[in-house]
Amino acid sequence: MKKFMAFVKKEFQHIFRDYRTLIILFGLPAAQILIFGYAVRTDLTNAGIAVLDNAHDVVSAELITRINASEFFHIKYFLNTYDEIDPAFKKGKIKAVIIFPDDFAERLTREGNATVSIIADGSEGNNANLVTGYTTAILNDYSAGLTKQLTSAMPVIVPEVRMYFNPNLQSHFMFIPGIITLILILISALMTSVTIVREKEFGTMEVLLVSPLKPWQIILGKVAPYFFLSLVNVIVILLMAWFVFDLPVKGSISLLIAECMLYILLGLSIGILISASVEKIMNAIFISALGLMLPTLLLSGFIFPIENMPKIYDYVSLFLPPRWFVEIMRSIMIKGAGFMYVWKGTLILAAMTLFFMLLSARKFKVRLEEGGK
Amino acid sequence: MAAVEAYNITHRYGKVTALDDVSFTVDDGELFGFIGPDGAGKTTLFRIAVTLIIPSGGRMTLFGLNTVNNYRELRNLIGYMPGKFSLYQDLSVEENLNFYATVFGTTLKENYHLIEPIYKQIEPYKKRIAGKLSGGMKQKLALSCALIHKPKILILDEPTTGVDAVSRTEFWEMLSGLKHEGITIVVSTPYMDEALRCDRIALIQSGKILGINTPDNIRRSYSQKLYAVRYPDKYKLLTSLRSLPLAPCPMPIAPCSEPYTLSPEPFGDSVHITLPEGTKPEEILKALETAGLPGATITEIVPGIEDVFLELMKKDE
Repeated sequence: MKKFMAFVKKEFQHIFRDYRTLIILFGLPAAQILIFGYAVRTDLTNAGIAVLDNAHDVVSAELITRINASEFFHIKYFLNTYDEIDPAFKKGKIKAVIIFPDDFAERLTREGNATVSIIADGSEGNNANLVTGYTTAILNDYSAGLTKQLTSAMPVIVPEVRMYFNPNLQSHFMFIPGIITLILILISALMTSVTIVREKEFGTMEVLLVSPLKPWQIILGKVAPYFFLSLVNVIVILLMAWFVFDLPVKGSISLLIAECMLYILLGLSIGILISASVEKIMNAIFISALGLMLPTLLLSGFIFPIENMPKIYDYVSLFLPPRWFVEIMRSIMIKGAGFMYVWKGTLILAAMTLFFMLLSARKFKVRLEEGGK
Repeated sequence: MAAVEAYNITHRYGKVTALDDVSFTVDDGELFGFIGPDGAGKTTLFRIAVTLIIPSGGRMTLFGLNTVNNYRELRNLIGYMPGKFSLYQDLSVEENLNFYATVFGTTLKENYHLIEPIYKQIEPYKKRIAGKLSGGMKQKLALSCALIHKPKILILDEPTTGVDAVSRTEFWEMLSGLKHEGITIVVSTPYMDEALRCDRIALIQSGKILGINTPDNIRRSYSQKLYAVRYPDKYKLLTSLRSLPLAPCPMPIAPCSEPYTLSPEPFGDSVHITLPEGTKPEEILKALETAGLPGATITEIVPGIEDVFLELMKKDE
């Protein structure tokens, strides 16, 4: 155990003395979060919108004034027909169109509720959500005022939201689970394979093998720090998601962490397998980058929805761990799903982990070579 | 009991035969050297000895323990210094040493006396990271690391390659000191002059052992009289000697401090030749004079290890 701890300590020293490792470990996740965060702006000021007022009554006029007066919106066009909506969007200057039906005020007073349609530009997922959110808030504020005035019924303005271009708002908030997937595979597989291969390249592996250290001690000693640091990273990313993007984990945090641990283990065993197969650091980086990062980026559904891909890629992605993990993360983080909803993916990941662990255990040699032919 | 016994060790990398039927014995407490050029098979042989390679054929035991079957027990007895100094470049001198000590289940304090003469020289730099040490200091640190667990046998693969002349001399003195501690040492080197420091040497070339003996006996095994011919213009001397009708192929010899090379490049201050049956040294001088090299000198010399090496190589071919 003492030998093992000495090994782990040494590994931490390697990590903390190499600024490049540190950058990848901690700089990269932070940078990615911030880059995505910067691209996906969370504040909305003076967003251009268009209004199609079919009602032309007191209530719609009042609402339009309120919307235009708010700091969030700026009405660019007043449309007259539905046909004008599409060109208005295509010109790209507006984020949403707000439509009042022709009998708006009448329905509101007679039936106690009326519908306002909000059509938002779904191609900018985050903006779309903000626009609808703010509009809804203004509408609610107005109806709350009405409720106080009129004692009879509860007049409610129901916003009916639709997305233009991207009806299901697919890409929105997907990036946090995606980033966690990417970072974990990067740290666990790439970093561990590199750190093990480095021992080979510098000749220190020769001495470690000749030492009384058992192979599992060498391997565990090398990967334990990365397991720990990966977990730290997950927590940092989750905190950033929460505080910077207001995306708290909806589901159980402990389930989320447990799933992350499973995925880290999977990444580590892939990393060990890579390190057992190559002799040079460059090869390890190449295999990890090409074989792991690209599929994670392209085929996991992180950036491009799997539903939109040709069927063949859908089938291919079934064999890729990131696909399952992204799905699990989304279910837990965004939908708040419990274990009952993610057990299938978990089982598949666990099976993959076992497979890679056994394979890498078989491949790891206690020697440099097992005799020539 | 012999420290190392190797029987008919053969090893192939694909179609390339790195070791061809190598057998030898190293006695307990002996300082045994493998002398040979790069690519002779020294590293492969050492890796087989330290249990890192299973040979294609043959069998090797260290202290009666088989390198294939008993590798676990054996690894505790071996101090191994690979060709590349196996140090962690980003750890300090002290951290490297402590790491290897702990990994081998000991402490720096416990075996300090053993490494003291070596470690003392680098102790002032113990906070410096290993990557910033000079070649000589790296070598001393690597040796200290290999020694830290008090091994019964030290296996050093070209420990003096890439190290300055002073450090090399110091290093061999350290090895003599360790030998007195009763540690068996097997060392390989491409430098012929270092061979003289060993109790016994094995000349190895193209995976074959050409001869094993004490350095003196190796030198005495040279079969003919050897002469050194000197002339200011060595290149001219060499080409002239080659074109002399009776002269055998001349052997230019590197000065001892130069790395040994097999290719007959004209360097060093003389050209070594052996004379064919019945030829007298004076005839050579006369022939050189007619060839336009007046005033060349010729003297009989004691053969060096290199001379023997070259002779054995030619015989082998």
